[in-house]
Amino acid sequence: MARDTIVLLGVNHKTTPLAVREKLALAGGYEQPLAALRRLDCLDECFLLSTCNRVEVLFTCREPDLARRRVLDTLFAGSVSREEVAGCIYQYQDREAVRHLFLVASSLDSMIVGESQILGQLKEAYRFAAEKKTSGMVLNKLLHKSFSVAKRVRTETRIGASAVSISYAAVELGKKIFGDLKGKRVMLVGAGEMAELAAEHFVGQGVAEVIVANRTFERAVKLAGCYHGRAIGLEELVEQLQHVDIIVSSTGAPDLILTRKDVAPVMRKRRYQPLFFIDIAVPRDLDPAINEIDNVYLYDIDDLNNVVEMNKSERDREAVKATRIVEEETLKFCGWLENMEVTPTIIAIRAMAEQICRDELDRTLGRLGSLSEKEKKSLEKMAASICSKMLYHPIRYLKTDHPCVDQQKRVEMVRALFNLDRDGGEGP
Amino acid sequence: MSYLLFQVSFVAYILAMTVYLVFFFTQKKYVRTLARKLFFGAALLHTANIIARLVEAGHTPITSVHEVISFFAWSIAWCYLSFRWRYTVKNFGTFSSILVVLLMLVSALAPHAILPLSQTQHSWLFPVHASLAIIADAFLALACIGGLMYLLQERELKQKRFGFFYSRLPSLESLDKLNQHCLSIGFTLMTLGMFTGYVWARQIWGGRNWHWDPKIVWAMITWFLYAALMHQRFTMGWRGRRAAVVTIVAFMAVLLTLVFLFKGVHGHGA
Repeated sequence: MARDTIVLLGVNHKTTPLAVREKLALAGGYEQPLAALRRLDCLDECFLLSTCNRVEVLFTCREPDLARRRVLDTLFAGSVSREEVAGCIYQYQDREAVRHLFLVASSLDSMIVGESQILGQLKEAYRFAAEKKTSGMVLNKLLHKSFSVAKRVRTETRIGASAVSISYAAVELGKKIFGDLKGKRVMLVGAGEMAELAAEHFVGQGVAEVIVANRTFERAVKLAGCYHGRAIGLEELVEQLQHVDIIVSSTGAPDLILTRKDVAPVMRKRRYQPLFFIDIAVPRDLDPAINEIDNVYLYDIDDLNNVVEMNKSERDREAVKATRIVEEETLKFCGWLENMEVTPTIIAIRAMAEQICRDELDRTLGRLGSLSEKEKKSLEKMAASICSKMLYHPIRYLKTDHPCVDQQKRVEMVRALFNLDRDGGEGP
Repeated sequence: MSYLLFQVSFVAYILAMTVYLVFFFTQKKYVRTLARKLFFGAALLHTANIIARLVEAGHTPITSVHEVISFFAWSIAWCYLSFRWRYTVKNFGTFSSILVVLLMLVSALAPHAILPLSQTQHSWLFPVHASLAIIADAFLALACIGGLMYLLQERELKQKRFGFFYSRLPSLESLDKLNQHCLSIGFTLMTLGMFTGYVWARQIWGGRNWHWDPKIVWAMITWFLYAALMHQRFTMGWRGRRAAVVTIVAFMAVLLTLVFLFKGVHGHGA
């Protein structure tokens, strides 16, 4: 009897286009798919993770190939054809699976490496598996370990510290200017996708209000509604400068919409409180000369890209460290798994020996006939002690560390010697 | 005895500064904790030194160059600690400890014999005037350090070239707050110091109440500079770069005043 194999099947943003990922994502929550997986008797334990960038299925089983087919059919049969799934899915086993899970948990496999969301998503997913009791001893241990690996990576490296998306870079700069973004007001000029993304980041930092100015008022109202903010017309722009702190501009306008002359007089009215302009429009919306005004900071898309690039190189250095941590922890976990294999082997040897004792005793006692209870007891005792003395060294060989033969090998050898897996040949 | 304490606290300050610098480069949190403890310990030792000197001399030890500079360093250390207790400004400790160590160095190089009080210094107003002025200068020195940090950080943000200081310096907002905090306290103490100085002058010189002494002139110029800055700050909302520049310039005037201190009218006793 060998240990179960840990198998991880998944798709992520690297292997699969969004169009396919959308279909594979478990949109209806974890409960139904987990219940469906539990009904498969080829799986021992299972766990599911589904985010907008990835779907991961983690399970333990005896026969990985059979289980893989069953799992894929159960989860994705309705949405995508078998061939399409087979084309984009990756499969890892045992050590590779453990490493992959650790990489995912510590955000090394994310689209934005170092982002912190994934750990929360992983924990949420685990909560479902634990509640439904689909995860057992091995997966529980593995997932808990992955949380602590993620924490270790976060505290020992600076991987999460750098901003590697434009919106995030803008938030980071904002923090260097304002210290805390709580209570600051953000104005979005233009209500495009980029503006929305930036607003999302700023709202995440707890800004007090979002004001949206847009050419079409209707769209402005709609976007402002998402953040409980206000919508204004483009004509009020200059007037509003007095009341906001951060301006994100992303209109499709061909010309500048704010010039130095518009901004300079406002500063006096603002009592020189800092203004932070972020111009992510191409062509630019804001006059570059605005940056020359005291206490006014203007960043255009290239400036932000530079910040991102700078952070990327730092992050890559940190990722090397983080990967080393993951390797270390993977080894440790595999060590634990191996240990887990010794115990069942010992139990199996003992059970086999006991069985032989019992059989032989029964036969002998039957043949001898008239024996007193005391004599029977002594015979039984003798047989038992012969067995345990015979097994003493093999068991010790399994248990204690051996310098030149690793545990896996020793387990295999002992299993073969005692024919514990009953692979062909006659029993004794 | 007191000089031994001085030397010990000097060494402790140097250690604290070194550890702060290590933190500045490595950004490891436990290093900072150690630096803070060392700095606090050094400031305590320095306090013991000043008390011991007070006992030995029998008067407040702010008469010789050695004593004044040492008292100045001591004030900066405690002003920093008092500020630290209310706000956190990233890596402010590193800069402050460097200044403290520099001042301690100057103080250590000056002759450290205890000078007897001169005729004019016998007034009870003298220690009040001198310590108020020096503590005020300490707050203004911290404001100046904050101003320098502000200019460094602002430069990186404006020019969008993020070098060594960008990640190691705090946000502009917190530096500006530091400026405001230290200026308000420093300016108030300075005004009190000037006033006690005026009363003391009346006491010793009687009716002749104006000396064209460079030290007094500079002190007045300095006071007007800070008064103007405070006025602009609180009525017009001056802040940021301009406030930082004026803070630094005004502190240069403070330093000039200190230089004249050891020559002009105050040096009578020496």
